[in-house]
Amino acid sequence: MKSLTFNEKLSRFIVNWFFLMLVWIAFTASFATQELIVGFLATMIISFLSIRLFTCCALAILKPIRIVYMIWYLFIFIVALIKSNLDVARRVLTPSLPINPGIVKFKTKLTTDYSKMVLANSITLTPGTLTVDIIDDTFYIHWIDVKTTDPEKAFTEIAEQFEKILLKIF
Amino acid sequence: MSTLFEIIGGALLLIGSAFLFLGGLGIFRMPDVYNRLQAGTKATTLGGMSLILGVGFLMVETSWMWMAKAVIIVIFIAFSNPISSHALARAMYKRKQYPLITSKDENMDAYKEISENEKKEEDA
Repeated sequence: MKSLTFNEKLSRFIVNWFFLMLVWIAFTASFATQELIVGFLATMIISFLSIRLFTCCALAILKPIRIVYMIWYLFIFIVALIKSNLDVARRVLTPSLPINPGIVKFKTKLTTDYSKMVLANSITLTPGTLTVDIIDDTFYIHWIDVKTTDPEKAFTEIAEQFEKILLKIF
Repeated sequence: MSTLFEIIGGALLLIGSAFLFLGGLGIFRMPDVYNRLQAGTKATTLGGMSLILGVGFLMVETSWMWMAKAVIIVIFIAFSNPISSHALARAMYKRKQYPLITSKDENMDAYKEISENEKKEEDA
């Protein structure tokens, strides 16, 4: 793992601290001074210890344009999640069990680990697809109803709508 | 206001339990491990999310703490569920549980080349 400069460390520290503090406030559900002081100290220690672990983009994650894209991504994701559940319901309730399973692969343009993880998770939760493995930039997807085995067509079918937003976020 | 929250919460509970039921039925009906994972993951993710949010809405009159915790749990489910199903699917392939393929197309299992390469490396 590459070593971080002081500025990178500081900005990661602040972002970790900010999000942990939000979680603390949500869990304690009070703004009493003593709660806040304890939370302040506890989250400070945790975020200091976990500088290397969390946050991909440090303070840059709070850019307004990124937050707008994140909300848009969340919206698309929820729509896909509901669609995939209706899809599963339809397949399960049809007596003939209409499936045509297989594993397809495609390549992604994403480079960072975080964006690949988000894309893989989104693919798993969208209609009829399940991420089996990621090797470098190749995704192996189990598809419950294979429409095409061609990598590029599979990419347009499965991942394009997510990837074009993720490229802007990360 | 309180009846509105109760209606939303009750509806979310109903939707969640319906999807969890369908997920269970899917695990029962699907033929192999990958298809079972497909049904299990998707249905339990949305089902669990809406159940927990439903509890949050029902209790929001008592304290907003319930809603805040529900949101945190929902975020955690959204991340952990797909990761665990991915780990299971990958582990099953490494255990040589190959996916069921019904069509006659030979390219249906793209992951096979990877596992064959690994086998060759082990033999060498």
